[in-house]
Amino acid sequence: MSSTTAVKASKAGPKKPNRRRTFSSKDRLTLGFFIGIPTFLHVALVWFPAVATIYLSFTYWTGIHIGDIQWAGLANYENIFFNTPVFWDALRVNVIWLVWFGVIATPLGILLAYQIDREIRGSKFYQAAYYLPVVLSLAVIGIIWNFLLRPDGFVNGLMGLEISEAISFFGDDRYNIWVILTMASWRHIGYIMLLYLAGLKAVDATLREAASIDGATEWQTFRKVVFPAMAPVNIIVIVITIIESLRAFDMIYIIYGSSGGLPILGVLVFQNIAGEGASMKGAAYAVILFLLSIVPIITYLRQQFKEDMK
Amino acid sequence: MSVTEVNQTTAERKLARHKNSQKIKDRIITIFIGIFAIAWLFPIAWTFYSSLRPYKEIRAGGVLSFPKELNLDNYVNAISRMELPTYFTNTVLITLPAVFLILLLGSLMAFVVTRYSFKANVALLLLFTAGNLLPPQLVFIPVFKMYLALGDLVGDRRFLYDSPLGVILIHVAFQMGFATFVLSSYMKTIPKEISESALVDGASVFTHYFRVMLPLLRPPLASLGVLMTTWIYNDFFWALVLMSTDSKRPITSALGRLQGEFVTDYNLLAAGAMIAAIPTLVVFFVLRKQFVSGLTLGATKG
Repeated sequence: MSSTTAVKASKAGPKKPNRRRTFSSKDRLTLGFFIGIPTFLHVALVWFPAVATIYLSFTYWTGIHIGDIQWAGLANYENIFFNTPVFWDALRVNVIWLVWFGVIATPLGILLAYQIDREIRGSKFYQAAYYLPVVLSLAVIGIIWNFLLRPDGFVNGLMGLEISEAISFFGDDRYNIWVILTMASWRHIGYIMLLYLAGLKAVDATLREAASIDGATEWQTFRKVVFPAMAPVNIIVIVITIIESLRAFDMIYIIYGSSGGLPILGVLVFQNIAGEGASMKGAAYAVILFLLSIVPIITYLRQQFKEDMK
Repeated sequence: MSVTEVNQTTAERKLARHKNSQKIKDRIITIFIGIFAIAWLFPIAWTFYSSLRPYKEIRAGGVLSFPKELNLDNYVNAISRMELPTYFTNTVLITLPAVFLILLLGSLMAFVVTRYSFKANVALLLLFTAGNLLPPQLVFIPVFKMYLALGDLVGDRRFLYDSPLGVILIHVAFQMGFATFVLSSYMKTIPKEISESALVDGASVFTHYFRVMLPLLRPPLASLGVLMTTWIYNDFFWALVLMSTDSKRPITSALGRLQGEFVTDYNLLAAGAMIAAIPTLVVFFVLRKQFVSGLTLGATKG
């Protein structure tokens, strides 16, 4: 990396000789503060704790005295993988979540963006309608949907079911995953639509026209012309889809509390890192969550830092 | 000559036919999108409608019964019984300082990395951007222990843990990464000549930032400010795990407890949820442009 900077500097050097000037001591101090304060805060509260958690995941610790930390090797992980069946249940839910988002919600968001971008009649209104849930907190979304789905709520009322015979959409294992996924998609589709719409605005409209004059169908135009031109946005959309699927927590917690009515990694981590159930098994859970999202994180960074890395 | 004419007319005819079938398809698609759009708004509309009805009416006649009474009683009751003013004050006490610090520190960082060439520039930017993407759960345990330890050190256990300050700091530490990334990619588009002329005039680093760069950053700062306010306002996790006293929590995290407590009077809860959504609805109706551009500033740089 340092060689890159050097190359850049030498290129700029002869053209602009006064750029590489020496700083006064006051300026040096200012620069030190400008970089120092944010870096300190970021490293102290993000990177240091992240590394510490990785270390702690290999230990036993009650969390009271630093001196009590005992090396445990892989014991916490073994415990999770072999003695905690709920981990696999949760992983299964997260995988279903990811597949649902990847196969249904995200493509729907893209489709919406593509259609709305063609300025169909009323596109302003549609855009607003789909975008509305994006600003709401997942906590509010949980409450709003609970309204429709609780035993004395709208859906059961519509089906003419009394409270005693009402379908428990959140309690019944046959429905709960799908209900939760519908709720999550309600927000996710709008989010993806917004991102994609912004990207589409940047795609040259003449490209599409040319394709359509050449007799390409709408689908061909999208697949062969628009989609490839959207490569940077596509990566971001994929990354967001994966990260959101893995980290789902707020909505589940609002509906089920920490009871784990629907096992999901985010809540499992929460149960094991906060409150009375806290142990270093929680640290191991957090590390697993991190490892699962490391590929999308690196993909995103590579995409964003492509130019800088050259 | 005639050949090209013929070619032209077939091309035109083809195009016309193409456009015609496209029109029909468009109409069908529009209808679908329209139906979905109304379905999309329904959950919110229903919650709003329910918030205007007394719960006893629903218990008596069911959810679909014709409304006899529609009023704002639930809102009045929600504000007093749910202590919403307290929670809103807590929210403001956390959100405003956090957003201010994120914008200030993020812009300082972005300013130095893009305007001065140090060897570590790219590495620092990478560190900040990557840090922003780490799962919050990964950092929680040590942050929690550090907050308690620091609290003991200054003689007040609740100096950082269970205090707005602690929640503010963790938001700043995390979101600064995003702000730095977004602002630095914006600053790269500002011509270097502007900085150079300032330096030739002998401006100090301090003047260079506050007098030259900061005024140019107004548009991205506005967008980022709106986006960050929405994100921090909507945060559920941090205030839940870093605060133990419920009355100190911001509104979004407090909804968890309110949901359990008012489960017997759901229409009151609907009013509470609608009130909790008001600030984000303001973003939706008034600050939409800023919100969307904030969201996409970071996303569509490539």
